[in-house]
Amino acid sequence: MTIMEPRKHGDASDGMVGGRQTRFEGNLKVTGGATYALEYPIEGVAHAVLLQSTIPAGRVTSVDTSKAKAAPGVLLILTPDDDLGLMTASDWYGNRPENQPYHPLPREVSFNGQSIVAVIAESREQALEAAKLICVTYAQTPAVASIDDPKAGEGKVMGNLTIGWGDAEAALAAAPIRIEGEYSTPREYHVAMEPHGLTVKWDGDQLTVWEPSQWSHGMARSYSEWFGIPYENVRLISPFIGGGFGSKGAALAYSAVAAFAAKKLGRPVKLAVTRPQNFTSYGGRAATRQKIKLGATEDGVLQAIVHRGASETSTYMDYPEQTGAATPILYKVENFSSQHRVVPVNTVTPGALRGPGKNPSAFGIESAMEELAYKLGMDPLELRLKNYADHDYQSGKPWSTRRLREALTEGAAAFGWSKRSHEPRSMRDGNQLVGWGIGCGTFPVIQAPSEAMIRILGNGRVEVVSGAIDMGQGTYTILAQTVAEVFGIPVDQVEVHLGDSRLPGSAIAGGSMLAGSILGAVHKAATAARDELIGLALSDEKSPLRDTGANTLTFSGGRIAVPRDQGPSLSLPELMAALGRDEIETRRNTLPDGATPQEHHQAWTTMAKVQGPTMGEFSMHSWCAHFAEVRVDEDFGTVRVSRIVSAFDCGRLYNPRLVESQWRGGIIMGIGQALLEEGLVDQRNGRTVNNNMGDYLVPTNADVSDIQVISVGIPDYGASALGGKGVGEVGIVGVAPAIANAVFHATGKRVRDLPITLEKLI
Amino acid sequence: MRDFSYLRASSADEARQAALQAGSALLAGGTTLLDLAKCGVMEPETVVDITHLSGLGGIEVDANGARIGALAKMGEVADNVGIRAAFPAVSESLSLAASAQLRNMATIGGNLLQRTRCSYFREPAVFPACHKRNPGSGCSAMGGITRNHAVLGTSDTCIASYPGDLAVALVAFDAVVELGGRTVSVDDFFLLPGNTPERETVLERGEMITAITVPSSAAATNSTYLKVRDRQSYEFAAASAAVGLEFEADGRTVRDIRVALGGVATKPWRVRGVEQALIGKMLSLETVETASRLAMEGAVSHGANRYKIELAPRVVARAILKVGGLA
Repeated sequence: MTIMEPRKHGDASDGMVGGRQTRFEGNLKVTGGATYALEYPIEGVAHAVLLQSTIPAGRVTSVDTSKAKAAPGVLLILTPDDDLGLMTASDWYGNRPENQPYHPLPREVSFNGQSIVAVIAESREQALEAAKLICVTYAQTPAVASIDDPKAGEGKVMGNLTIGWGDAEAALAAAPIRIEGEYSTPREYHVAMEPHGLTVKWDGDQLTVWEPSQWSHGMARSYSEWFGIPYENVRLISPFIGGGFGSKGAALAYSAVAAFAAKKLGRPVKLAVTRPQNFTSYGGRAATRQKIKLGATEDGVLQAIVHRGASETSTYMDYPEQTGAATPILYKVENFSSQHRVVPVNTVTPGALRGPGKNPSAFGIESAMEELAYKLGMDPLELRLKNYADHDYQSGKPWSTRRLREALTEGAAAFGWSKRSHEPRSMRDGNQLVGWGIGCGTFPVIQAPSEAMIRILGNGRVEVVSGAIDMGQGTYTILAQTVAEVFGIPVDQVEVHLGDSRLPGSAIAGGSMLAGSILGAVHKAATAARDELIGLALSDEKSPLRDTGANTLTFSGGRIAVPRDQGPSLSLPELMAALGRDEIETRRNTLPDGATPQEHHQAWTTMAKVQGPTMGEFSMHSWCAHFAEVRVDEDFGTVRVSRIVSAFDCGRLYNPRLVESQWRGGIIMGIGQALLEEGLVDQRNGRTVNNNMGDYLVPTNADVSDIQVISVGIPDYGASALGGKGVGEVGIVGVAPAIANAVFHATGKRVRDLPITLEKLI
Repeated sequence: MRDFSYLRASSADEARQAALQAGSALLAGGTTLLDLAKCGVMEPETVVDITHLSGLGGIEVDANGARIGALAKMGEVADNVGIRAAFPAVSESLSLAASAQLRNMATIGGNLLQRTRCSYFREPAVFPACHKRNPGSGCSAMGGITRNHAVLGTSDTCIASYPGDLAVALVAFDAVVELGGRTVSVDDFFLLPGNTPERETVLERGEMITAITVPSSAAATNSTYLKVRDRQSYEFAAASAAVGLEFEADGRTVRDIRVALGGVATKPWRVRGVEQALIGKMLSLETVETASRLAMEGAVSHGANRYKIELAPRVVARAILKVGGLA
């Protein structure tokens, strides 16, 4: 077990892969030196603002812009009457409908808060004021406000998400012990610190976009397809991102509007999406509903799981928040059945939010498992260990690595689980009830081909260049560490260039796939560059290392030398000078050899080449077990999380300090999900009324108490080139059920609908 | 945001003169004005800056009581040693309000005048109907999301709750608002919505809060502000109570008690019924719980805010027991 105690910074090993190097770009961020998308000083920029629908469904019949046009500073107003001449772009997988026009300001209104008009003016204030003068007339049609609306109906079954083996219904009916529960989660939102927005500029048919992005290449592709220009003509710049959590992976309707306005006006345009508009300009996590039935023997051996789930989607696209994603792989069970439906309602299409699918899925199954444990009178830890899955029962494949048992046992030891008293309401601290609960989590290991470039410069500095992005998770840092290790140089001798679609292609920063994907390419490119340097050093007649008789060289402590100290040693700049070289450049990717240019383009700009967790011989996942302690004031119904211990199996950790930070971030978001976060939808008009950070509550520092994180992972070279598994998503998965289970243990009240707000407990 | 003219007042009189004009708004900390200007709820034509005026700040505490200048910052008052000693509930109400950043900006005068957090009040483009914003237009909150709305002091026109904390502590201890030419008790300063929810205080056009005075009392010295909410910090109260208590010489019989409620009413809500029920009584768990239920006399719920009727008496009881040394 590795408990991650804080360690003194500055250890020489910090710069190696696996070291605790502090955030590479941290100084820039805390000193304000990092420039974010809307902060670039672009000369002559005009300002665009969005006007959004105030009805949930219908048709825009007229837009009266006469007053707004006459308002000071107004340059352009775009309405559904304007044909922007754009074409629909590809979906995530690169599928593109032929000759289908794209109307980012549509006439048909599908949800309350849909962008329908844009006003562009000399100043943002002028644009906002002019927007208020615009009068939109609608022909309303009946709407479905949310999944709770009686008109929503049952929705439709997503056939590809129907999972089953054995005979679950029969095994359930035959099981002596059965429980069933209905679990629900509300709409939840990303609420990244940095709201969405962009600045765009055209130079002829060359487009530059400054926009926060989790995927510079994929988003650049959308712009090129909307405007019918070559991909190479688009440059999307995104070196720093103020949080994404899944919301910044795609170019969105407002992006197209801003780019069109810039083209039409012949000057740069900046568009800042307001905080309320961030609640409807892209989708958060869909509201979900699940029914779970578990059957077990009297001694707690699972016999069957029957799962029926549903999630909200929009009326124009099926986006399933997969409630059956974690259900089939957490436990050993011979009879299983799961089905998921999407229920179209008048909302923006929901999207991926940290731990998509797995997160609400784990809330269901992990709550249900504890309900079963209490029904059996069994310790919930024991029940989980008893039903430990020795392999993946869904795919039938062995795990690449699965140290969930260690996560459970070592997490329990660190938490002090053995001191638990089983009965609900049996633990107290003063007038507060104390409760303990467990929630397990998982997230699949996926990866995509990536490319990287390494440049060794004459001055001895080494550059690593990639279009990958860093939204705070640590890409800059681990790339620098990887290169520093390959060349045996300190991290500060490495330069990292990221976040630009003109740079080598990369996997999306999403689905926890970036680190594993990009490090493979960076390591390959760096090793190739080093090998090239070794070749030169051993063969070039100008090289002092040429006649040493060595057939390789060592790179360590900033020196390049012959193995076993048989001769001279040189620093990198000394060797480059001796060789008379200004630069050595290599570029490598992780596509199969002989991949065509089309395959390269497809790999960087679509999800078509993403490798799923069971596409090889193993089933590959990250795992975790959260142990939560809550204190409940029963008079007031208030829940405070007093302690969390979480143990993770994420394979090898490239930088434990940054991994810990991601885990803690996920856990904190999980506390918000469990206790605070809920989009409140007015059932009369489908409006999310708490669309601001004063009313949509996320945890403050005061809500975050002691969090201890433990790594139980071992390198998993089946899962990635350097042995790591994903870390970003899994941290949140299982936190909410751990807290809900602790609340039950404290109070005897089982809350099956998140968030657990005080009125549910008084 | 609409263009507005900016006037930096050179004296309190000039500020009052300017404030007489329709469409003008005084600017102190700006934490409410800027917020509501961005929402399109307040669109002043003239902003009259009073932040630099002398004679409107300062905190004085002596044996008779405290005088707090209107421009004193929330944070300053919360941390003032004299206030903390003589009026713990006042200090606590401020340190439990807003966030540190807001407390460093917002002034005491402005704090009293903060507007409701009713979601429907705050989004005019989507919810045009709001009697408070636009008299006669209707109420969008009724029938909508009402979890944070008031259960006391409501009317057919408005159920918006008063969001503040400080004013709750002030009404408990008979504080007085100085308006330059006249003084009004904080209790009378705030108006019930009735048929005129757009009128929230007795402040007339051209009037300005210059100071708040709070008389000393034994109950104020032995006081607390208890605020209950889902989030530990930076959230408005689901229910809160300001309570002060003075015992007779026996240390058990109630001589004086003050109780006021926040988060549940359309204005800071003094509950004299609870006070009357306890004066002269021996303080016990039972007497307190029975008396606290009187706090909800006349309460009416609107859907999701029903829980407040259950919650608020418990908050009152806990606060009384705390200052009474029983919790």
